[in-house]
Amino acid sequence: MKKHLVSAHDLTAEDAVLVLDTAKELAQVSDRPVKKLPTLRGRTVVNLFFEDSTRTRISFEAASKRLSADVINFSAKGSSVSKGESLKDTAQTLQSMGADAVVIRHGSSGAPYLLATKNWIDAIVINAGDGTHEHPTQALLDAYTIRKHLKNNEGDLKGLKIAIVGDILHSRVARSNAILLKTLGATPIMVAPPTLLPVGIDSWNGQYSYDLDEVLPKVDAVMMLRVQQERMNAAYFPTTREYSRNFGLNAQRLKTMQKHALVLHPGPMNRGMEITAEVADSTNSVVIEQVANGVSVRMAVLYLLLGGTNNESGDNN
Amino acid sequence: MSILLKNGSLKGEKNVDILIEKDLIVKVAPGNSIKDDKAEVFDLTGLIVLPGLVDLHTHLREPGREDAETVATGSAAAARGGFTAVHAMANTLPVADTAGVVEQVWNLGRKVGLVDVYPIGAVTVGLKGENLAELSAMAESTARVRIFSDDGFCVSDSILMRRALEYVKAFDGVIAQHAQDPRLTQNAQMNESELSGKLGLTGWPAVAEEAIVARDVLLTEHVKSKLHICHASTAGTVEILRWAKEKKVNVTAEVTPHHLFLSEVHCQSYDAKFKVNPPLRTDKDIQELRKALAQGVIDVVATDHAPHPTEDKEGEWSSSSFGMTGLETALSVVATAMVETKLMSWSDVARVMSEKPAEIGQLSDHGRPIAENELANLCIVDPKVSWKVDAHDTQSLSSNNPFHDMTLKSKVVHTIFRGKFTMKSGQVQK
Repeated sequence: MKKHLVSAHDLTAEDAVLVLDTAKELAQVSDRPVKKLPTLRGRTVVNLFFEDSTRTRISFEAASKRLSADVINFSAKGSSVSKGESLKDTAQTLQSMGADAVVIRHGSSGAPYLLATKNWIDAIVINAGDGTHEHPTQALLDAYTIRKHLKNNEGDLKGLKIAIVGDILHSRVARSNAILLKTLGATPIMVAPPTLLPVGIDSWNGQYSYDLDEVLPKVDAVMMLRVQQERMNAAYFPTTREYSRNFGLNAQRLKTMQKHALVLHPGPMNRGMEITAEVADSTNSVVIEQVANGVSVRMAVLYLLLGGTNNESGDNN
Repeated sequence: MSILLKNGSLKGEKNVDILIEKDLIVKVAPGNSIKDDKAEVFDLTGLIVLPGLVDLHTHLREPGREDAETVATGSAAAARGGFTAVHAMANTLPVADTAGVVEQVWNLGRKVGLVDVYPIGAVTVGLKGENLAELSAMAESTARVRIFSDDGFCVSDSILMRRALEYVKAFDGVIAQHAQDPRLTQNAQMNESELSGKLGLTGWPAVAEEAIVARDVLLTEHVKSKLHICHASTAGTVEILRWAKEKKVNVTAEVTPHHLFLSEVHCQSYDAKFKVNPPLRTDKDIQELRKALAQGVIDVVATDHAPHPTEDKEGEWSSSSFGMTGLETALSVVATAMVETKLMSWSDVARVMSEKPAEIGQLSDHGRPIAENELANLCIVDPKVSWKVDAHDTQSLSSNNPFHDMTLKSKVVHTIFRGKFTMKSGQVQK
């Protein structure tokens, strides 16, 4: 594997399957009364969060702690960062404190890439979401969840069709998923009104559509993306009701899907907007399970990148 | 003491000797024909002699951002790049929107004395796009402003743009437009393309430039005024300019060295030294811009030299500043992009980097023929040398040059400004 996980592009198919297989092993830890392995004892993982994201942060925190790493939470709010400290200074501070891994969430696309490539720090860098760029561990946990249900928790995702529905333009989850699903042999289908699809979508991996009803019967899983409040007032669509009518997943639409089809959502959900309560709580929904799988997948990433296996063997960069 | 330049190639066409006394060229004769024992003699065999370069678009940052550049350091960078005249953009602090500020910049330039510094006046008060600045007062000041621009911002309000175009007719001024529809480019970070979608950087679509260029060409034709388009960056802008020139609309346009050479692919590094406004475009745009420059559809090369201190360029992409330095590399980039590729001759380079910019700026002392009784403003180039750019080896206070580590062909070796070396053998003569 590469040293850092900044983009889903950093993972080959073998790397991705290795992460999922490792996550499967590590998931068993979570079922034990004592949910802890000594693997990363003495290693320091810094959660460097320039943006609020309680869910992702506690997921990484739980993952690090279950592997016995020391966890430092560095939140931008109330820290020197909000007083104008640069990314470089923050990085060098963490370097001096001996961070072995930096899990970074940043509002600016590319910030984790800079951290990984600028020689400011020696630590491995894990992207926990940057601007409207990528969120690779979310894609890994989605792949894990899909594989567990539809591929008997083994191998890749060959042959599956997965719809990703909503604000593709601004979604880092959609970008990472489009890349990783393709890497794992699945076909992603982006579904959104034309205003929420990026220029150049034709050249993305997979397919796209403006018509959710046409896509739903064909797919093995559907990922519903959260519609951000700020999009609602920026003419991307006329009204939230119209959006919901055309792109919301409700009980009637769920009935048109295949029996085995899964419903995923990265959370937090806007119930009644992109997904109705009935669908969110239906048997097809794996939204709650995604959270648990998130911890396992992040344990696997930390384990593999922080020296759980031979780091050098697959390093192609 | 007089200066004798021996056997240089005049615009790459024929070898000549040039004798300079005081600030004037007193004699131009065939190569190795002049003898003058009292003169300081320089053998220019193998070198190209061009008229001193003229930049229509320079950010000197003074007053206000003397941490990024001053008139003195910017003038030194200009001299090193072969320039004998630069036009200082108005987006200083305070903005150059009054006679007082433009005269201050004019006087600073004269005091430094390395190049002629011609201030550009703001079109609107504080570059805010609301009320016209006192254009006539700036035109009548000792700075004698003829070019007005809100560069950095677009004069986007149609009626204000119309009024500005009309108003400057009284003193034969020109409005230099930074063409960028502000609503189409809110928070824009790079060229809108497949790549911006992948990188998750908000797109700056070509249409945001082209829509304004088209509107302003039509307005200019309607009110019979003069328009200059700053930093044209797209193939679509070229098409509109071609149409406008066929219709004989009084419009001129510039292209920057970086838009002739660098594509959006560099944004993949998330290295903010490639962040510029308008953004780096695609290879197709580069090819069309080069063709347009060679054909005269785009009239001139202007650097848009935009110095920024390191701390404004080494952080995250979206919080870093727009802009690149370019005075010291402009000639080499143009030579590499246009002369090496045989798209242009050296006399074309003289046209797009000296003669035509001087004409647009209405400068009587620059862009003149290299002939007897003309001012000795010269730029002397070694066309054979290949060199690797080091952004930190600079006269500028800032080092945000995107060509760092790239290899360019041709280099300015001497600059002569009003009969004196401002750069001699690569050394700026302060």
